[in-house]
Amino acid sequence: MTALIEVTDVGKSYGSVIALRDVSTVVNAGEVTCVLGDNGAGKSTLIKILSGVHQHDSGQFFVDGKLVKFGSPREALDAGIATVHQDLAVVPLMSVWRNFFLGSEPTLGFGPLQRLDRRRGRQIAKESLADMGIDLRDVEQPVGTLSGGERQCVAIARAIYFGAKVIILDEPTAALGVKQSGVVLRYVAQARDRGLGVVLITHNPRHAYPVGTRFLLLKRGMSLGSFEKSEISIEELTRQMAGGAELEALEHELREVTN
Amino acid sequence: MTTVESTVDERVAPNSLTNRLIVRPEIGALIGALVVFVFFSIFADKFLTMGGVATWLDDSATLGIMAVAVALLMIGGEFDLSAGVMTGSTALVTAMLATKAGMNVWLAMLLSLVFALGVGALNGWLVVRTGLPSFIVTLGTFLALQGLNLGITRLVTNSVQVSGMRRTGGYESSGFVFASTFNIGDTAFRISIIWWIGFAALAAWILVRTKFGNWIFAVGGSAPSARAVGVPVARTKILLFMTTAAAAWLVGSINILRYTTAQANEGIGLEFQYIIAAVIGGCLLTGGFGSAVGAAIGALIFGMARQGIVFANWNSDWFMLFLGIMLLAAVLVNNTFRRRAERVRR
Repeated sequence: MTALIEVTDVGKSYGSVIALRDVSTVVNAGEVTCVLGDNGAGKSTLIKILSGVHQHDSGQFFVDGKLVKFGSPREALDAGIATVHQDLAVVPLMSVWRNFFLGSEPTLGFGPLQRLDRRRGRQIAKESLADMGIDLRDVEQPVGTLSGGERQCVAIARAIYFGAKVIILDEPTAALGVKQSGVVLRYVAQARDRGLGVVLITHNPRHAYPVGTRFLLLKRGMSLGSFEKSEISIEELTRQMAGGAELEALEHELREVTN
Repeated sequence: MTTVESTVDERVAPNSLTNRLIVRPEIGALIGALVVFVFFSIFADKFLTMGGVATWLDDSATLGIMAVAVALLMIGGEFDLSAGVMTGSTALVTAMLATKAGMNVWLAMLLSLVFALGVGALNGWLVVRTGLPSFIVTLGTFLALQGLNLGITRLVTNSVQVSGMRRTGGYESSGFVFASTFNIGDTAFRISIIWWIGFAALAAWILVRTKFGNWIFAVGGSAPSARAVGVPVARTKILLFMTTAAAAWLVGSINILRYTTAQANEGIGLEFQYIIAAVIGGCLLTGGFGSAVGAAIGALIFGMARQGIVFANWNSDWFMLFLGIMLLAAVLVNNTFRRRAERVRR
C-alpha cells in the first residue's frame, strides 16, 4: 500500500535559523500519526510544510507516492490534505451550516438569480455531523453556542466532506478541558476508522497515546525518531518528551485540571 | 455514542426555543416600532390620517435607504462616516454637471454614480490595504468631501448652493423615476418610499439568501477565519463600501430632483443617524450580526418619532432624548445576544 503522505529527511531553515532538520515519517490511510514535541520543537514548521504554507528546503515529500512541493494551502487542499487550525476558522456568530459551507456554498440558479441552496446545505451539514456522532437538532444555531469539542467536530466534518484524505489537526486539545479533549479524541478515532489519514499535533502524550498509531518525536528541530505504538510505551513517550523531568508532566496535569 | 447524542439534545432543546426569538435581529426593532406607532396614534391626532402616514413614511424613506446600506457594511464589520456627506456630494456633482456643463440629467447622474463608486472603492481599498479602522479612514474622506463640497461649489457658483435643475434636459423623466408622487386615495405618497422598500427587500434577500450575503456575515464576524476558508475578504469589504456610496448616490439623486437645489453642506451629520437606525435595527457595532429589514424598521422608528413629536405639538428637542434612550435600549439588547452567541463552553 502506498502511503498517503511520506516525508523523508525534510528540513527547513528561516535564514540562518534551522527550524527543522532530517525529519522522516509516514501517514497511512486509517492510521493516526502523532507529532509530539515541546514548544519550539518544530511541530508547526512540519505542519506548515505538509499543509502548503511553507516549502521544505531539503528532503523529499511524497503524496500518494508522487513527489510534491506545494506552492499554497490551496494546492495542498486540492491534493486532499486539509488542515484544521487551532483557531478553527469558524465564525462564532454564524449558524452551524453556514460555517460548514463558508467559502464553498451550495447554490441554485445562475447569474443574478444565483442563491444559496439552504435546504441542501442544512441537510448535508446535519448528516455530516451525525456521521461523526454529533446529532444537532438545529443546524441554524450559531457555532458560538457549541462547546469547544463540538466546534472541532464541525471543522473536522467540513474537511472530510470537502474531500480530504488526510486531516492535519493542529493542537486540537490545547484549549480544551479534560472532558472536551476526550470528546475530540473520539472524533479523531472516528475519522481514522473511516479510513482517513490523520496527523495529530500535540504536546500531551496522554492525548496522543490512546488514538495514535505512530509517534514522531521532535526536539529542537530534530527528530528523536518515529515509533510504532508497539515500539514505545506511554511512560517512555512521556520521558522522551519531557527529557526526564517528571515535574513538567505533573505541572501540565495540574494546569489541565484547573482549566 | 448514545451518551453524546442525549447530552447534545438536552442542551439544544431549551436553547433553540429562546434562541429562535433572539436570533432574529429585527425582533427588537419590530417591537419598538409597534410601541412608537401605538404611542403616537394615541397622543397625536394627525398621526394616523393618510396625510400623516405619508409624512412619516417620507421622512423614513431616504434615511431608510441609507440605513440599509450602512447595515450591510456594519454587518461586514466596517463603518462609513462619509455616507452622510456623500448624499450631498453626489447631488452637487449631478447638479453642477446638469446646470453648469449643460449635460442631460441622466448623463450627469451616471457620472455622479461613477464618482460615488470611485469614492466608495477608495474608502474600501484604503481600509483593507492599510488595516486601519474604517472609522478613522472614512472620517478622513468625510472631512475631505465636506471641504470639496463647499470649496468647489463656491468656486463654481460664488454661493453655497447649486440651483436651476428645473431647466435642465431630462429633468422631467428623471424626476418621474426618482422624485414623483403616487396617490393612494386622495393622498400623495413619495416615490422614495418605493425605493426604500425595494432596496430593503433586495438587501435582505442578498444578505440571507446568497453566497455574497454569507460572506458579508463572515468578514464581519471573523475576517481571519473567513480568509482561511477561501472567502475573498478584501473584495467583499470593498464592494460593501461601494454599495454604501451607491445608496448615497440614490438618496442624493432623489433629493436633488425633488428640491431642485443642492446645498453645499447637505448631508453633514446624517451619517450617525444611519448608524443609529442600523443599530436600532439589530446590527452589532462589532460586526457579523444584523439585519437589512431591521435597519429599514430602525429608520421607520426614526421617522415616526420625529414626525410624531411634531404632530403632537411637542418641542422637537424631545426627539433627541427619545433617540438616546432608544439607542441605549437597542445596544443593550444586541449586546445580550452577542454574549449569548459568543460564549465559549469548555
